Amino acid sequence: MKKRGFICKTVCFTLLAACTAMALTGCGEEKEGGTITFTNVSYDPTREFYEAYNELFAEHYKETTGSGIELVQSHGGSGSQARSVIEGNDADVVTLALAHDITAIENAGLIEEGWMEEFERNSSPYTSTIVFLVHSGNEKEINDWDDLIKEGVEIITPDPKSSGGACWNFLAAWQYAKTTFGGDEEKMKEFVSKLYHNVLVMDSGARGATTTFVENGQGDVLIAWENEALLTLQEYPGEYELVTPGISILAEPSVAVVDENADKNGTQEVAKEYLNYLYSEEAQRMAGKYYYRPSDETVLQEFADTFDLSVNLCTIDDFGGWDQAYEDFFADDAVFDEIYAAQ
Amino acid sequence: MKQAKRKKSIIPGFGMSMGVTVAMLSLLILIPLASVLAYSFRLSGKEFAELLTRPNVVQSFVTSIGCAFVAAVINSIFGVMLAWVLVRYEFPGKRLMDGMIELPFALPTAVAGITLTKMYSDSGVLGRAFEKMGIEIAYTRTGIIIAMIFVGIPFVVRAIQPVLETLSPSYEEAAYMLGASRVNVFWKIIFPEIRPALFTGFGLALARGIGEYGSVIYISGNSEKNGTQVVSYVIMQKLNSGNVDYEGAAAIALVLLIISFSMLFFINIIQHIASRRTNA
Amino acid sequence: MEERSSKIAKWCLIGISVAFFLLMLIVPLFEVLYRALADGLEAYGTALGAKTTLSALKVTLLATVIAVVVNTVFGLIASWLVTKFDFRGKNVLSTLIDIPFSISPVIAGLAYIMTFGRTGWAKPLLDGINEALGTDIALVFSVPAVVLATIFVTFPFISREIIPLLYAQGRDEEEAAAMMGASGFTIFRKITFPHIRWGLLYGVILCAARAFGEFGAVYAVSKARGKTFTLPLEIDALYMAGSADSITQAFAVSSLLVGMALIMLILKNIVEYRGKRDDL
Repeated sequence: MKKRGFICKTVCFTLLAACTAMALTGCGEEKEGGTITFTNVSYDPTREFYEAYNELFAEHYKETTGSGIELVQSHGGSGSQARSVIEGNDADVVTLALAHDITAIENAGLIEEGWMEEFERNSSPYTSTIVFLVHSGNEKEINDWDDLIKEGVEIITPDPKSSGGACWNFLAAWQYAKTTFGGDEEKMKEFVSKLYHNVLVMDSGARGATTTFVENGQGDVLIAWENEALLTLQEYPGEYELVTPGISILAEPSVAVVDENADKNGTQEVAKEYLNYLYSEEAQRMAGKYYYRPSDETVLQEFADTFDLSVNLCTIDDFGGWDQAYEDFFADDAVFDEIYAAQ
Repeated sequence: MKQAKRKKSIIPGFGMSMGVTVAMLSLLILIPLASVLAYSFRLSGKEFAELLTRPNVVQSFVTSIGCAFVAAVINSIFGVMLAWVLVRYEFPGKRLMDGMIELPFALPTAVAGITLTKMYSDSGVLGRAFEKMGIEIAYTRTGIIIAMIFVGIPFVVRAIQPVLETLSPSYEEAAYMLGASRVNVFWKIIFPEIRPALFTGFGLALARGIGEYGSVIYISGNSEKNGTQVVSYVIMQKLNSGNVDYEGAAAIALVLLIISFSMLFFINIIQHIASRRTNA
Repeated sequence: MEERSSKIAKWCLIGISVAFFLLMLIVPLFEVLYRALADGLEAYGTALGAKTTLSALKVTLLATVIAVVVNTVFGLIASWLVTKFDFRGKNVLSTLIDIPFSISPVIAGLAYIMTFGRTGWAKPLLDGINEALGTDIALVFSVPAVVLATIFVTFPFISREIIPLLYAQGRDEEEAAAMMGASGFTIFRKITFPHIRWGLLYGVILCAARAFGEFGAVYAVSKARGKTFTLPLEIDALYMAGSADSITQAFAVSSLLVGMALIMLILKNIVEYRGKRDDL
């Protein structure tokens, strides 16, 4: 008797579990009557910003349409996030670290051509740049890129092979070398090679690198997104200093509607509104509050105290666009592999 | 399943169980894995060789296998000791200790990973103590070894315990009576008995260490320069990079698989020989 | 003299073992608790009550339950097949069943992506099925994907526990029963099942422990926080968020998993104890 009970229970359990699974998978459709679920696939350092923005947008959406919206966030390394969308991660919009990653999704046929013109300013609602974060007092006297190659300086920066932010870091260093050595390729390679051999820990993502530097106390300097660095200063007042190098790069994180998914989910309209609203004054101000440089000039001026607006910034166009830059520097056996293997 | 030649069994259910087993196995395991294999075979022999001789790939194999080996050796020493203490001695807290040995099996690796990292980094309790002695643990190979010791210890203890339990203390007593030293008794009498089991435990701990991901990545620092990238990390890196490299990831995974398989096979052989010798 | 030195040796060994045990296994547990409560009980409560944590808990439990059920059914059927019948290719089959043990979990997730992902070869097939049934089930980056990945890594856990027991038991009893005309199900229920009861439960516990802690495989197929994340992924997300608060939250969520792991260990010990008692 006891044993039959066991088997009965097992059978019931199986059925129950199967039903639950089906119910859960069915959730997406059932909800569409009242609330829609909407997924934004983004990269690591935007966590806090989008958490806040999603609340703002949900309110805005409720006001204008009267219906609710449930926003789901996904964060990770920019490259792997793009890949997950290509593989079937059901993103309605992507907000990634570099245009190159969005182009990859476009090439897979998920995003229609011309996405860069779909929204203002090359579809970059906010920008950032690359700065150094050092321990309070700056004992190693790190003021510009050439201080990073001094002996005994330990650098924390993520791996360009897996992190979009790290690519920007590399290109900023390269740009410095280019202006310093007047385009002498050998010397430039030597410079970045020295720099990368001072790297102590190479995490797979920008967030991991920040954690390593701040929480686990590794290294003397973190090459970081400006927004990450400023956020850290706010979180740990008095413990760190921000150093703006003489030359840096204007990092333009891009956004796009993933047309195929949005059409399938019936969220094309919402998706457009979601990204358009990023350019609204409130959203721009919010971006500034989370230490992204607002693309709106007037809002940017409001944050003139926060950002060093005088820094000499090059752009990705100086490298012939992202696809070219990726090919030249980060593909297997390209410049990065070469300089990292040297020595 | 017509070809399956079998002695007629009177027990019913062959067709049903064969059908269900093969169907589930194929759907859930074999077919998905075949896709991975298919991917890794897209590389030509030359590309394959080039990929595997890349410095970072070679280094990651050295790191993974080297650290796993050291961890397995340390685990063998402490594993034998723990098993011995648990079988032969009575002391307060023994049952608790016995029950908790398998904690690393039950504790999610991510939890183990972040906890060990915090403990052994400069800001952690043990990390600070070791730093004063001039030993850095987190973000070095030492850290990787510690994580691997953590995940591997139950394998050794659980392999040796049952053997020790069946080993009667009377032989040792007799040896002592004849004036043998403690060290001699261990090496001449106890060790030969537990050797096959020790090999098994050692092999399992080693295999686990080589493939380990969750508990290692946080503490390792993943620096190519310091040689702290493990193989699993390199696979992940291939999957995370801007130009995702499935073929490369699958190829490295394949090599990893072959290594762990052949190791287990090798250890099985040693064990087999050893058990024959003791029986003879 | 001999007596005394033996005592010294005994307590030395116990001392070293206990020290190793405390340092490697127990201190990390307290570290989790200590860090989880670093910001006080209230923050601890908030961390556990967060929407994303609850959602992750739900997904984790769902995946664990389904994985255990599926693997139990499979384990029973497969071990019945392997132990009660002779057929060609049996050794190959039992090796294939054990494959998930030796495969890096990362590859398991990857395998599903390569098969059922948007670019996978089985995607059109899946689309066809979805269209025919009017459903919209995705087998990657969704809750079913998490469940599948969990099933994959825990696949052999139960069959592995049962097969040795069934081998030891032999076939005579079943054959006799079959000769007397008992049906397959009756034979299983009346004869086979009592022998493997405790082994089965033991396997279920191991399977569950592994299922709720899985990281690598699930990491590959689950990207949406608050929707498809499991507890280990939530911990990773919190830990990676980088601020001191979120790291404390990561440890708060970890403490939940530590609790689950400890429950599994206690259950395992009870099952082992009862199993041994029943054998006598």
